[in-house]
Amino acid sequence: MNKSSAKSYPLLFLVPAGIIYVTLFLIPTLASLGFSMTRWTLAAATFTGLDNFAMFFSEPSLNIGLRNTLIYAVMTSVSKVVLGFLLAVLLTSSLRTKNALRAVIFFPTLVSTIAVGIIFSHLLHPSMGAVNQGLALVGIQGPNWLGDPHFALVSVALVDVWKGVGTALVIFVAGILAIPPTYYEALAIDGGSSWHKLVHLTLPLSWPATSAVILLSFIGGLRSFDLVWAMTGGGPGFATDLVASIIYKQYQAGFYGLATAGNVILVLLVLALALPLQKLLSLREVDL
Amino acid sequence: MTKSLRRIVLELVIAAATVAIFIGPLLFAAFSAGMTATEAANLGFRLPKNPQYLANLAAVVKASNYMMLRAFGNSVVITVFTLLVLVVVASLAGFVLERRRCRTVSVARFLILIGLMLPPSVITTIWVMKAIGIYKSLAGLVLVEVALGFPYTVILYRAFVATIPRELDEAALMEGVRPWQLFARIVFPLLKPVTATTIVLSSVNVFNDFVNPLYFLPGAKNVTVPLTLYNFMTQYTTQWNLLFADVMLISLPPLICFLFFNRQIVAGMTAGAVKG
Repeated sequence: MNKSSAKSYPLLFLVPAGIIYVTLFLIPTLASLGFSMTRWTLAAATFTGLDNFAMFFSEPSLNIGLRNTLIYAVMTSVSKVVLGFLLAVLLTSSLRTKNALRAVIFFPTLVSTIAVGIIFSHLLHPSMGAVNQGLALVGIQGPNWLGDPHFALVSVALVDVWKGVGTALVIFVAGILAIPPTYYEALAIDGGSSWHKLVHLTLPLSWPATSAVILLSFIGGLRSFDLVWAMTGGGPGFATDLVASIIYKQYQAGFYGLATAGNVILVLLVLALALPLQKLLSLREVDL
Repeated sequence: MTKSLRRIVLELVIAAATVAIFIGPLLFAAFSAGMTATEAANLGFRLPKNPQYLANLAAVVKASNYMMLRAFGNSVVITVFTLLVLVVVASLAGFVLERRRCRTVSVARFLILIGLMLPPSVITTIWVMKAIGIYKSLAGLVLVEVALGFPYTVILYRAFVATIPRELDEAALMEGVRPWQLFARIVFPLLKPVTATTIVLSSVNVFNDFVNPLYFLPGAKNVTVPLTLYNFMTQYTTQWNLLFADVMLISLPPLICFLFFNRQIVAGMTAGAVKG
């Protein structure tokens, strides 16, 4: 780039954003690598090597968070991708109410997560909640959704899907609407079935949207905290504890070094899973 | 049954099911918010017998020495200042990051991509905030919200700057316009669609944010709206009508935002994801 254009776009314009971003995101991220290897009170830190990490992986009340986080991230992202795609296909068809229904499905994404958690923990009440009352009407005795360790994590994940599928939907709708109509016209002339249309046209050509939804919802799932915290607080026992809720608990208990190690583990988890996933997804990209 | 009639019935079924699933739970909260404490206690999904919305809302507002009002005040201040700072710094940065080609810019772009993906490290952020004296302050939380919202916002701005022809800059510079004038008078006004999207999308996110105030703004004096809800959850274990009145009160701002700005919200979410 020549000198005069470098002067027209001064690096000075990056400084205000740079100061804030470096101070409050990059420095804390780098510092976390160091403090994760200490016993830390915010005032003083004692180096303890990899003890915190060893503890995170060996202590059952901590490593259950790793397992739960993986299960939760996979469950929520797969459901959001599949449901979001099917709903988007339905709501880009000739359905008369499609615009209104898109808005209806999208609205929960704007409601406070804590509010959603409160609403659903009451709807899922084992005896009085509307869900089990409804099931009782058709003769099914519903489980204790949030109190039974076998169901709790799945229940929270389902609520997460209810709240978040709207985001997946609008991204898929944008992806599907970006497919040039000529492709569909060509297929119509050749006489392809609607199944053929879905699998060989809509699915591959909306791939950029699909990979965006997979990545966004998977990374979001790995980082989840507030919904679990509002609905179960990590319980019963540790059945719904995620890495992020364990970080908060350790922070409350004053184990800052251990909590920071949890944060580093979360970072590594995102890097180890999301980066290869992104590579894999971009390989399948088709050009329009 | 004729084919078109069958189609209408099918469409009605789809519409009714969607509304029941996605609006039903919110209606349950809205109904319970108008009940008496005894009526709400059995968690029935029905209209309140003698609606007492005003009394319940008033009780929520007055609770804990008008904590709700203080929380709304705090949340509004935090949201407004976050948006002001975010729009200014992200548009300035987005402009230069898109137009300029040099090593610094490539490094900066890479660092921004990292921020888009990685979870922030909370406790070391507290440590930094303490060191510079902004921990437990509204200003501190505003700066954290800006830092964490910056990567996504700057990508939206960059993508939009790319659609503005470079010739426009060159013509203006030829006329002897200074770079900051070029940005402030010519480019920034053209970025209005992204600015609108950012304002709508980030205001909902920042207003609803629970995690960052939980860590970075503890203390009853500094409470924000989602935190009052969290406090009430443990406090109102016997007065679910008031808990749901609070839920309703908190869901109103995003609902209003949605009714007016649905298009900007959707544009923002899809632009970042599909083109980003």
